[in-house]
Amino acid sequence: MAEIRTEAPAVDLERLERGASLWSDAWRRLRKNRVAVASGVLIVLMIIACVVVPAFSGYDYAQTNLELGPTPPSKAHWMGTDFHGRDLMARVFFGGRVSFSVGIIATLMSFAIGASWGGIAGYFGGRIDAIMMRIVDVLYTFPFLIFVILLQVFFAGKDGTLHNLFKTILGPFVADANDPKWFPIFQICFVFAALGCISWLTMARIVRGQVIALRAQPFVEAARSVGVGHMAIVFRHLLPNALGPIIVYATLTVPEVMLTEAFLSFLGLGTQEPLSSWGQLTALGAEAMAVYPWILLFPALMLAITLFSLNFLGDGLRDALDPRIRKEQ
Amino acid sequence: MTSYIVKRLLGLIPTLFLVVTVVFFLVRLAPGGPFDSERAVPPEALAALNAKYRLSDPLFKQYKDFLADLFLRGDFGPCFKYPGRTVNEVIAESLPVSMQLGLLALVFALLIGIPAGMIGAMRQNTVADHAAMSVAMVGISIPRFVLAPILILSLGLGLYILPVARWETWRHMLLPVFCGALPTAAYVARLTRAGMLDVIRSDFILTARAKGVSERNVILKHAMRGGLLPVVSFLGPGFSGLLVGSLVIERIFDIPGMGRYFVEAALNRDYNLVMGVTLVYGTLLMTLNAVVDVAYGWLDPRVKLE
Repeated sequence: MAEIRTEAPAVDLERLERGASLWSDAWRRLRKNRVAVASGVLIVLMIIACVVVPAFSGYDYAQTNLELGPTPPSKAHWMGTDFHGRDLMARVFFGGRVSFSVGIIATLMSFAIGASWGGIAGYFGGRIDAIMMRIVDVLYTFPFLIFVILLQVFFAGKDGTLHNLFKTILGPFVADANDPKWFPIFQICFVFAALGCISWLTMARIVRGQVIALRAQPFVEAARSVGVGHMAIVFRHLLPNALGPIIVYATLTVPEVMLTEAFLSFLGLGTQEPLSSWGQLTALGAEAMAVYPWILLFPALMLAITLFSLNFLGDGLRDALDPRIRKEQ
Repeated sequence: MTSYIVKRLLGLIPTLFLVVTVVFFLVRLAPGGPFDSERAVPPEALAALNAKYRLSDPLFKQYKDFLADLFLRGDFGPCFKYPGRTVNEVIAESLPVSMQLGLLALVFALLIGIPAGMIGAMRQNTVADHAAMSVAMVGISIPRFVLAPILILSLGLGLYILPVARWETWRHMLLPVFCGALPTAAYVARLTRAGMLDVIRSDFILTARAKGVSERNVILKHAMRGGLLPVVSFLGPGFSGLLVGSLVIERIFDIPGMGRYFVEAALNRDYNLVMGVTLVYGTLLMTLNAVVDVAYGWLDPRVKLE
């Protein structure tokens, strides 16, 4: 005799009520993309390693040992040592901190400038939009990197205007802002700012497009009808709703900025000794790769893996969040 | 159409004027001068040098003289660090080399990138697609200055197939052009794939297929025109990337192009040379962008040029 079931089948009512929001849909789609998930995991691991390794490896990134000189990877130095006998692993992961900070800070800056610019242009429309986007068009044709190089050479020098400004800002926080050890830090800050200032143009265009599509929606009218101000509508209502494409583009900006920093360092303009960044380490390694290949290999590998993962993650996010693809599935 | 082109080209003049002005004052207001050096120069000699190169004049007079020389006679003035040579001579010597490198790399990038992207779009989600797009991702993620030494070491110094420096025969050009082109080719491939996928799903392609147009003609005559639009609009930033990349390529392969002079001139405080190179770069890029805009309007009937 068949057993009579008295219990109702288990239904996750809560889940049904929540429905499929944009974010839960996107998350589900992203999880199915194995390459993107693996990339995300790799990036997290890389960031953890950059935070942890320099602190616990027992070697200082700047500690030279001229008697030792360059040695291949060994038990004592897993990635070998560089020309000055410095432990390469400590330098590579310290360089990772610098490279990631440049990528993240410059992207945040480009986000702040680009999202406000595009948001305001798209929301107000008309003349304001025409003027603001015309400025973006003109700036697009500017060879910016050339200006960054000029600015860095001419204005980021020791005791220049910008360096003095930096010392004034730093003054209250450290014992002696005139200490030469802060100079390389100043140069890195310059790179943060310069790269942030030149990479917001595409962000502005993307945000503007999103805002124009959103501003005719009823929720904007509702907000306006209860007396929400223009700026509050742009920043509290429109931008949060355009977050999908913003996140995708920001993820793709990070590797671009890291690559640009590496490029500047290669020309001898970005990160300076004794600090390190992946670009600077790679540039040094490239000079001597026929004799000491490991000095190029490790930083280049780290840089390539990170850029690779960030690009794949960005692509995966785009596929997951792009509403046009949403329609077809 | 003609009036649009004329207007667009005239529009470049104020921008270039702005570039000239900004760079002129930027380099002169910065600390340090062209004749500062480690060795102490006698003050009389310094004064004589400054007078010779008209650097002791008031700033505004220098600016006026510079503009007059530039616009009336097309003369950038003498180089500070290469005695006896003018900026015009340096540019006349190095620009053709850089242009050759840049154009070859651009053509090469399009020749690799477009077919790769088309294959990706035609055979979406097959092994060929994944392979092409993975290679493209490598191209985007590996900096030129890592790729170049690896190729030099393997093909040049390891297998002795290709020369690794200078700019003489076509064999000298292979490695630098390839290294310069690969990242650009990778972007072109990705844009082509995305653009083609977009177009292939549109109604007019369905109509063409329904009317029995052969697959070959659907792709070549109908889809390509719209599908390659993203590539056309990428040409401006793409060429800009190639130019900037040439700073690295010219240095690694020891090519006597303009990129090599640029960083050096800035570090040397060679005001006139910095000015000349920046202005040539700027003019090139902005003219190319104008050409791309015109081409875009011609290719895409939905865009109206006014």
